[in-house]
Amino acid sequence: MTPALEIHEVHKRFGRLHALRGVNLAVEQGEFFALLGPNGAGKTTLINILAGLSRATQGRCEVMGHDVVADYRNARRSLGVVPQELVYDAFFTVREMLRFQSGYFGIRRNDAWIDELLHHLALTDKADTPTRTLSGGMKRRVLVAQALVHKPPVIVLDEPTAGVDVELRQNLWEFIRRLNRDGHTIVLTTHYLDEAETLCRRVAMLKQGQVVALDTTRNLLSAHAATQVRLQLDPHRLPDALRPLLAGEAAGFFNLVLDDYAALEGVLTTLREANVAVTELEVAKPDLETVFLQLMGKTT
Amino acid sequence: MTGLWTLFYKELLRFWKVSLQTVLSPLVTTLLYLLIFSHVLAAHVQVYPGVGYTSFLIPGLVMMAMLQNAYANSSSSLIQSKMAGNIVFLLLPPLAYWEFFAAYVAAAVVRGLVVGIGVGLAGLWFAPMAVVHPLWLVLFALAGCAMLGMLGIITALWAASYDQMAAVQNFLIMPLTFLSGVFYSIHSLPPFWQALSRYNPFFYMIDGFRYGFFGMSDVSPALGLSIVGGCCLALSLTTLALLKSGYKLRN
Repeated sequence: MTPALEIHEVHKRFGRLHALRGVNLAVEQGEFFALLGPNGAGKTTLINILAGLSRATQGRCEVMGHDVVADYRNARRSLGVVPQELVYDAFFTVREMLRFQSGYFGIRRNDAWIDELLHHLALTDKADTPTRTLSGGMKRRVLVAQALVHKPPVIVLDEPTAGVDVELRQNLWEFIRRLNRDGHTIVLTTHYLDEAETLCRRVAMLKQGQVVALDTTRNLLSAHAATQVRLQLDPHRLPDALRPLLAGEAAGFFNLVLDDYAALEGVLTTLREANVAVTELEVAKPDLETVFLQLMGKTT
Repeated sequence: MTGLWTLFYKELLRFWKVSLQTVLSPLVTTLLYLLIFSHVLAAHVQVYPGVGYTSFLIPGLVMMAMLQNAYANSSSSLIQSKMAGNIVFLLLPPLAYWEFFAAYVAAAVVRGLVVGIGVGLAGLWFAPMAVVHPLWLVLFALAGCAMLGMLGIITALWAASYDQMAAVQNFLIMPLTFLSGVFYSIHSLPPFWQALSRYNPFFYMIDGFRYGFFGMSDVSPALGLSIVGGCCLALSLTTLALLKSGYKLRN
């Protein structure tokens, strides 16, 4: 089956800045995929190249098998992009914006789908409101609606939940999940790593314009996220044998990093033999944030 | 073609929604010019035999209003979209560069014509007007508006700020418009300025448009249309090339 997105050896230079350094990535149809990385890693640049907002210095990108430059019309028809910037056209109402966007994609009468979008994004009562008067969260949802007017098979959401409150964020994800169940491929960037962990089956992490991790969320968690244990000891003394495991010390707790849960037994034995009692113990579940920080070269 | 029509309609709706500013305001300004200049100069100046100064002035003012508004429409719409970032709504869909071009130029022509017709009709209250060669009049009106619509697109593509945009408007477009024979015949100018005026394409637009009304002009309308047409062609190719390359739109 044709991949939903295929990114082949893509480089992007802005003058001296080498923003993307040979990115290779394929996203299969129907996937829920996360593109993660710190600010400046090249996520938005990569999305912009896919969307035709920017041109790769080298390499090629395809959306549903259509080259984003040579066959840009079909590539763009296959792609819906929710941009990161909270942009709107102050002259028009929500419905006018959605009708225009449908027209730009060659769809004349689209009101039934527009009404459905407005309903799912809780914007029905704002349909005839000028976009400039909407709150930030509402403007964000209008952007989501605009990206979906042409029912694209591939949907890219660049920070879709920034500035959206918790309840609406849940509604938004429920709607996006439904689109995914209906067969749409979803690619998202987000700073809320828990969202990516919950929603996405596969994750790519970008660092300084390169893919530093590309795997299923489960594999990433088991391969990179070590188990963390926080211990309060009496007396407050860590036996020398455990020093190599020490990641830090804070608020009376020793933070130890273990390869897996099984290693905990050995730690407790060592403590017993050293006559050190454990007064409090917390085991932190591995999460994507830990993997992220580890891969980005930061200590946890 | 749905994309082109939608963009064209959106551009029309954009200026129509603020018609006080985009239609009525230039109409009133132009009529003030007419009122003042015709009052001061009508008794002293006669440019063409048998044509009163007020009658002479009206076609010039109509054309000036059309050119300025055609320019303002495409330039302000595009620079606002660029500055506000909502240009992405036009860059994400599968609109071809020529559709973008056609929609913006057509909307600029419509706004130019709406204001021009308004000024022309209001001008009838000041002096009787007759149209001797309607075809020439229409050709020059369309070519002039289209040309300024394209100049507006080029300026807005190039400008990185509202300040740069205003600089082009005030230091290029405005002087070319005012020094084009709106208020006088170039035959009344000293030889140096008369020769210089012949390098100003705006002069040919206004002179040719005036020919449509009176059947009299400073240069032959065929020559004027050739020059205006040539400028239009050059600007079309330039604008299309810029849009195709994604100049300052798709980095």
